[in-house]
Amino acid sequence: MPNTPLLSVRQLSCEREDRLLFTHLAFDLQAGDILQIKGPNGSGKTSLLRILAGLLPYAEGELYWQGEALHPGEPSFLSQLLFIGHAPGIKAELTPIENLLWYQDMHQGADQHAVIQALTRIGLGQFLDVPAYSLSAGQQRRIALARIYLSAHTLWILDEPFTAIDVQGVADLEQCIQAHAAQGGSVILTSHHALDTLAGLKVLTLGQAMEEVPHA
Amino acid sequence: MHKTNTTSLAQAVGVCIRREFLLLVRRPSDLLNPLLFFALVSLLFPLGISPTEAILQPVASGVVWVAALLATLLSLDSLFRQDLLDGSLEQLLLTPHPLSVLVMAKVGVHWLMTAIPLILMAPVLGAMLYLPTQAQGVLMLALLLGTPVLILVGAIGAALTVSLRKTGVLLTLMVLPLYIPVLIFGTSAVHAAAQDLPADGQLAFLGAILSLTLVLAPLGISAALKVSVRQ
Repeated sequence: MPNTPLLSVRQLSCEREDRLLFTHLAFDLQAGDILQIKGPNGSGKTSLLRILAGLLPYAEGELYWQGEALHPGEPSFLSQLLFIGHAPGIKAELTPIENLLWYQDMHQGADQHAVIQALTRIGLGQFLDVPAYSLSAGQQRRIALARIYLSAHTLWILDEPFTAIDVQGVADLEQCIQAHAAQGGSVILTSHHALDTLAGLKVLTLGQAMEEVPHA
Repeated sequence: MHKTNTTSLAQAVGVCIRREFLLLVRRPSDLLNPLLFFALVSLLFPLGISPTEAILQPVASGVVWVAALLATLLSLDSLFRQDLLDGSLEQLLLTPHPLSVLVMAKVGVHWLMTAIPLILMAPVLGAMLYLPTQAQGVLMLALLLGTPVLILVGAIGAALTVSLRKTGVLLTLMVLPLYIPVLIFGTSAVHAAAQDLPADGQLAFLGAILSLTLVLAPLGISAALKVSVRQ
C-alpha cells in the first residue's frame, strides 16, 4: 500500500521581480527522506524553502501536507515544522540559553537542563551566559542550529545550515540529520557542501534548464 | 513517528513578554531616548516662548500632549526593524501560536516600558508649565488612555513599513492623521480640568477609542507583519 507522502509539491512556479525562477516543479517527500536542494546562486533555493514554510507567496501550484492542501500559517503544519533560515533569529543582547529557551517555549518547550545540554553538544558549553553579540558568526548560527537537537518536529527545513560552521560541526549536524530521518522525520536543506555521507539523500537541482542550454 | 506537544499559548506569551523585557532592559537607549525627547521638548517651550504663567498655562496641556505624541512616534520606527533583520520576525510567524496575540505581548511590553515612565514624568513637566494642580490627575489619566492608542496605531504603521529600506517620513505621514483624534480629546480633557470643568466626556471618548484600537489593532499589526515578511 503506498504511503501518503509527507509533503507533495505539484506544478509549483515561483516568480520574483518579474523573473521566473522555476516552473512546474513537482516532488514528493516521504517520511524519512532527506532532500537536498541544489542549484546556482539565484536559482530559487531559498525561495522554494520559504514557499514551503509559507513565508513566500507562489505564482501557481499546489502544496499538500500529509495528503491535505496546505495553506500558509496553518497551526497544525507549523507545530510540526522546524525552519532555520538565512537569518538565524538570534538576539544579540540575549545569551545563548535565553535565545534557545525562547525558541523552545514557542514550540514544544524544554527545560533549562535540556537546553544547556543541547548547547554543550553543539560546542557552546563555555559560552552559555555571555551575550550573543560577543560570539562569532559561526557560534551565533550554532545557537539556532542547537534547536535541531531538541526538536520533535516532523519536518525540518534548513536553509544553508552549514554556513560558517567548521568541519567537525558539519559532521555532527549531518549525524543528527541522519538520525532524524531514521526516526521517520524528513529534512529539506540547501547546501553547497557535498553531503555524500548522508544515506538515502535525494537531490533536487534547480536552474538546470538554464544550464542545459549552452549560450542559446 | 514524532509526537507533537506544543506549548500552551499562555506559556508562549509569557516567554515573549520576558524576552521583550530583557531586550529593552539591555538596550536602555531605546527607553531613554523618547523620554529624553519628551522632557527636552517641554523644557524648551518656556525658554523659547516666555516663562510667564499667563502665556504658558493656556498651552501647557497642548505642549505636554504634543511632546508625548512625538516621543511615542519616535520610538516606533525601530519597533519591528531589528526583528525583521535578524530573522526573529519570520520565526514568530512560524510558531503554531496566533501572531496577533504574540505581537500584543511585544507591543504591550513596549508600552509598559516607554509610556509608563512618560506618564509618570508628565505632571512634573505640567507643573513646570503652570498646569493647575487639579488638572494633573486628568493629564495622567488621559495619557494612560491615549498612549496605548498611539503605540497600537503606530505599530500598524511600523509593521507596514518595516520591510522598506528607508521609511523616512512615511511612517509619520501614515500614522499622524490617526493620532489627531487622540490629541484633540486628550488636550481638551486636560484643558477642561484646568478650568474646573468636568472632563468625563473627553476621557470617555479616549476610552472608547482605546477599546476600539485594542480590538482591531492586533489583527491589523499581524496582517501587516505577514505582508511585510511574505515578499
